[in-house]
Amino acid sequence: MAIELRGLTCAGIARRVASGDLSAAQVVDATLDTIAAGDEEIGAFLAVYGDEARQRARRIDNDDNLRAQPLAGVPIALKDNLCVAGRRTTAGSRILEPFSPPFTATAVERLESAGAVLIGKTNLDEFAMGSSTENSAFRRTTNPWDVSRVPGGSSGGSAAAVAAGMVAAALGSDTGGSIRQPAAFCGVVGLKPTYGRVSRYGLVAFASSLDQIGPLTRTVEDAALILSVIAGEDEYDSTTLPDPAPAFHDDLESDAGDLTIGVPEAWLGAGVDPAIKREIEAVLAELEAAGAELRPVELPHEEFAVATYYVIATAEASSNLARYDGVRYGFRADSDDLAGMYANTRSEGFGDEVKRRILLGTFVLSAGYYDAYYGRAQRVRTLLCNDFARAFADVDVVVGPTTPSTAFAIGEKANDPLEMYLSDVFTVTANLAGLPGISVPCGRDDDGLPVGLQIIGPALGEAKILKAARLVEQLRGPFEPAPPGRASS
Amino acid sequence: MGIGPEVVDYVAALAKLRLDDAEKETLAADLARVLEFLEQLDGVDITEVPPTKHVIGLSNVERPDTASPCLPPGQALANAPDTDEDHFVVPKVLPD
Repeated sequence: MAIELRGLTCAGIARRVASGDLSAAQVVDATLDTIAAGDEEIGAFLAVYGDEARQRARRIDNDDNLRAQPLAGVPIALKDNLCVAGRRTTAGSRILEPFSPPFTATAVERLESAGAVLIGKTNLDEFAMGSSTENSAFRRTTNPWDVSRVPGGSSGGSAAAVAAGMVAAALGSDTGGSIRQPAAFCGVVGLKPTYGRVSRYGLVAFASSLDQIGPLTRTVEDAALILSVIAGEDEYDSTTLPDPAPAFHDDLESDAGDLTIGVPEAWLGAGVDPAIKREIEAVLAELEAAGAELRPVELPHEEFAVATYYVIATAEASSNLARYDGVRYGFRADSDDLAGMYANTRSEGFGDEVKRRILLGTFVLSAGYYDAYYGRAQRVRTLLCNDFARAFADVDVVVGPTTPSTAFAIGEKANDPLEMYLSDVFTVTANLAGLPGISVPCGRDDDGLPVGLQIIGPALGEAKILKAARLVEQLRGPFEPAPPGRASS
Repeated sequence: MGIGPEVVDYVAALAKLRLDDAEKETLAADLARVLEFLEQLDGVDITEVPPTKHVIGLSNVERPDTASPCLPPGQALANAPDTDEDHFVVPKVLPD
């Protein structure tokens, strides 16, 4: 029997699979049908695991233990920089096109242990470097609310798959906003956990001191549920924190009267789209009317965040991407000698934005420039961390827009790297300071494009930001999936 | 700061990237713009501010020093573009 998949949540699917009301096989069949019908236009997926997902669903349906798990029978899509043993993992790059890892990312293993079904891999900017998913070496992904626009990035495929109702949840990774920004552009919930909350083992590294894996979902409850499953210490990632992850989804309801919200004035100042300002201010006013206290907060070094971010992120990227040399895995270009093979492999294997960032990162780390750029940026980063520490002495969470604009047109910023970097202006701070951040849909602009509200919390304050996000969701409701075939406006 | 083609050449050589003339020109212009944008950091007072080492403050995470199984050679070599028995094969190191 065919079921209507659109609108189902992870929590809802798992409950119904556990009770026997739905079978995992029905859910997986409906998911595969929805992807087959809709993904030609959206372009969210780089790989769909049809037969394997059906097999896995049958196993879940025949296993009482798996059917009792918190994500029983829930199809989940994975950004294609997450390793799954024996499955192509490209990171959106030609240089990894032939790569099948021998191991599975810890976060993905935990999803499977919790009963989830891996449904496929989603598109991304090459090595997660980008804000529009236009830097993928393989395909273009469109925004389900307006297919002439980008879905955001770099987790654009994951956000689009959730927004289009193909899956209830996907994993992404966030180095400077790559979960929250596409979530805002596509009208879904996107959560970046505290640095160290989720193991990065099996995530293709971009900038190791900034990268975190997190969920993209339609509802706050689902984001909480998935975080509870994937969080926690991992012996394979020594930067994971020992703090146990509570069942965030069981404790989401709160009273706005108990919430003190910090509002950085600059976040609603010049450079922010007026419609975004209008929607965020309306939600803040409603929260205040419901009892929340609003307090202005100052983050004096926040204006330097994008510059600081692009020094640190590119420096770490240039070092991390040194491993792609055509020797042990991935693409190799021919040459008569070893040095030529390295250079040819990297020059033919990497795309333009990746080369640009490798060059910038190599430059800021090079002799004579290290102190002036990298050393200085790491110190400004400390000042930024201190700004947030001071703010969180007075407020529970900091709230503002996720992005300065709604989804921009495909091609609009593709030839202007600096303009593209500036679209991350509100998201990079949480990565630099290691703080948890969530984007939750809160309204629409005059063209009907989603507006995302961002909530940042103190380190390990996921419970706080999830509760605050739930209050916003209660005011604005989760967005229904985008109707298929949205023509450009 | 200004950035000429010789700087791009130098950095590209460090990064093992080979760029054609058109790429060099575009990338030099892009880099110059981004470096100009980064100049704002020069105005921040960082006197006696330590660099961030770890955002949450973890340090010296240790594990027991015990042997455990590692990747078998066949699996480790499975993705390599060229192999010979238990070895990765690369082009000759010294050119003729």
